[in-house]
Amino acid sequence: MNWLKRVTRQREFMIAAIVAAVFIGMSFASPYFLSSGNILALLLGLSIEAIIAIAMTNLMVSGGFDMSVGSIVAFTGAATAMLMVKGVPVVISVIAGLAIGGAAGLFNGFIVAKIGVNPFVTTLSSLSIFRGLTLIITGGKNITGFADSFKAIGQASLFGIQTPIIIAFVLIVIGDIMLRHFRFFRRNYYIGGNERAARLSGIPVDRMKMLAYVLTGLFAGLAGIVMAARLGAASVTAGTGLELRVMTAVIIGGASLQGGEGTVLGAFLGSLLMALITNALTLLGVDVYWQTFVIGATLLASVLVDQAGKKRTQAAVPLTAGRVDADAQKRPS
Amino acid sequence: MSDYILEARDITKTFPGVRALDGVNLRVKRGETHAVVGENGAGKSTLMLVLTGVHRQDSGSILLDGKPVHFSSYQDAVRHGIAIVYQDLSIVPSLSVAENIFANRQPVNGLGFIDHKELVRKTREALALFDLQQIDPMIPVKSLGHALQQVVEILKAISTDPSVLILDEPTSSLTDVEAAQLFLNIRRLTARGIACLYISHHLSEIFEIAKTVTILRDGRFVCDAEVKDIDEDFLVSNMVGRKIADIYGERPAAETFGPVRFEARGLRREGAFSDVSLSVRAGEIIGLSGLVGAGRTEVGRAIFGADPLGAGTMFLDGNRISPRSPHEAIGLGIGYLTEDRKTEGLYLDFPIRMNIASNRLERLSRGPFVSESRVKEAAERAVRDYRIASGAGGKPVRTLSGGNQQKVLLGVWIGIEPRLLIVDEPTRGVDVGARSEIYAFLRALAAKGTAIIMISSDLTEILGLSDRIYVMRSGNIVGELEGRGATEQGVISLATGAAAGGVGKG
Repeated sequence: MNWLKRVTRQREFMIAAIVAAVFIGMSFASPYFLSSGNILALLLGLSIEAIIAIAMTNLMVSGGFDMSVGSIVAFTGAATAMLMVKGVPVVISVIAGLAIGGAAGLFNGFIVAKIGVNPFVTTLSSLSIFRGLTLIITGGKNITGFADSFKAIGQASLFGIQTPIIIAFVLIVIGDIMLRHFRFFRRNYYIGGNERAARLSGIPVDRMKMLAYVLTGLFAGLAGIVMAARLGAASVTAGTGLELRVMTAVIIGGASLQGGEGTVLGAFLGSLLMALITNALTLLGVDVYWQTFVIGATLLASVLVDQAGKKRTQAAVPLTAGRVDADAQKRPS
Repeated sequence: MSDYILEARDITKTFPGVRALDGVNLRVKRGETHAVVGENGAGKSTLMLVLTGVHRQDSGSILLDGKPVHFSSYQDAVRHGIAIVYQDLSIVPSLSVAENIFANRQPVNGLGFIDHKELVRKTREALALFDLQQIDPMIPVKSLGHALQQVVEILKAISTDPSVLILDEPTSSLTDVEAAQLFLNIRRLTARGIACLYISHHLSEIFEIAKTVTILRDGRFVCDAEVKDIDEDFLVSNMVGRKIADIYGERPAAETFGPVRFEARGLRREGAFSDVSLSVRAGEIIGLSGLVGAGRTEVGRAIFGADPLGAGTMFLDGNRISPRSPHEAIGLGIGYLTEDRKTEGLYLDFPIRMNIASNRLERLSRGPFVSESRVKEAAERAVRDYRIASGAGGKPVRTLSGGNQQKVLLGVWIGIEPRLLIVDEPTRGVDVGARSEIYAFLRALAAKGTAIIMISSDLTEILGLSDRIYVMRSGNIVGELEGRGATEQGVISLATGAAAGGVGKG
């Protein structure tokens, strides 16, 4: 009984239950829903944002966040494409693309961790900077004409499952284990929980924060490459607004802007829930304009439910500590 | 007109699962300072929340000047003439003194704009009350020291013209000199007819400032008394319901100490401290005393590698060390328990076990993975060893009382099995019962061979626990005293550099 209680308290379990409910409901509501074509299309659609969400969860756990990931997606996609078009071998172009993503993250991380500029302002600036760089290097034109070996990164399939889905799933499993159990990454929870205390606990706070941004840039770079390969084109508008979808998924999955909580599995379930809702509304023939509205309402509802739940019971999971603002309740305003 | 400006009769307040107040009485005369004492959890805070309209009592009545009143909200209590100064400052550091004092009540002109001239004039008037005319009403509060910030807090509270002012642990972040200044200000207020309700863990303060006292225990009213009729023993035994022997325990004989464990020679850092040499033997507890601002905390943090060290050499067990980060210091076996457990000591939103693991993830891992079972075991051991009243284990440490939070922090640092442990204000905001336990834990740790440097502003604690005492003044160590036989006068005269004037809480 105790075990069951603890499980039901977990954020992940709650979202998984909602996902399951939508899933079951939809399989009755629409005969097309459970078809492998639909499910695969759904997973393919979320794979790009799920890849970024892994690193974004790590970053948000440490108390940071990154508005520039959408622009990094476009920038690395374009840079990789240009290298290939200029005749650089595919493998080297891809590695260079990943490095560019990592460097973009390092740029953000350096400014936030070493100079001490607020993450919102920093990454809001780099959102424009990286998008601007994309437009500058491409002259505003989309780039096409890739080798088949590159396109395979986004278009090949294994047992009928496309590579982006496979890449996303492998990384989600590794990322979840890493963040949940790996000592190295566990330190990010402490940084997000109380940065000043983390310093005194002997945690190299600045280095960890920089690394979290580098990883976010790297994963966004990977997402940019996979996206270009899948579409067979590097688009200058690729990833526009993606940062908001990624952060929405991570927050639905249990992270908060203050840091100190969140899991990769939760973030994946968050993006799965968002994709399911979009898919369900489409299949049910609801006007497409409602989708954005419902996503926003879901985010708000998840945060409100969380707030109410935390007032009553405390999370008992190893990684996601509950947040009760007892002091705030006491203090009259 | 009633004898009592504020009376609470038979107040009962129940929260789900807890009877926080059970038939509590309180009688405060106008113009007098009335202390409310009790251990953490005795119901002091709840009583204050009821008196300020934040909580509604289940039964019982509140009378103001003999007339029954019902406060519907905090604002309503303020309108009735009750004001409270909180333990944690509620000022906005970046706003000016004037804007803080008159927050949300700034005088306005006919058009609704803030009337700056009038605001400055009223602020000057308020500052004059405490002889602080020299302070510019327009400077930001953050540029003032802790004590003056507290004055701003008090002025803010009394700007509503209250008849009762509640002060909740007002001296917890003040030095003895600043506390003396505060007491002077409280006397000025009571002379104007304002009644002060004074809550404090420092029992000696009660004898200095209060005329009457109410003792609470486990949510119940124990008794009230005139301070002149009682002594500290009476207070303590009524608060805890039993006799507490000497809370500092026995000092071991100096022969039992081991060799010199840690030695610092000529430590200095520009602007913080300029000549610090000290040594501490295995098993010894040394006290580092001095006024706040003398550089004690800065020295502690520099030894721990949390802040840079300008010059000087340090030896641990005879080996030269120079930790450049807390990480390196912890690796060497040095721990530092911060004076500020809420902002840089604990992870308040995390449960005990996450806190316990915070500075020793390596030890609690198997390979590169954190071992949940080892973490759990370490946390259970800390809860048992330090008698932490934790309730359900998964609760954030924010929900624990001050004393239990401090015991968790102690568990965090004793957990690394330090060779040298620096404890900075180890019992700040901790009640008498937990305090004596913490002293016992420190003594037991020393007995196992750890060298302990205790930084404290609490003179009684320095005198009661230290085997030797170093006194700092303006960044220098100005004296060294044997703990046995050291006197308050002796320490104060060294700390202030003058013949002692008898200023002090302890």
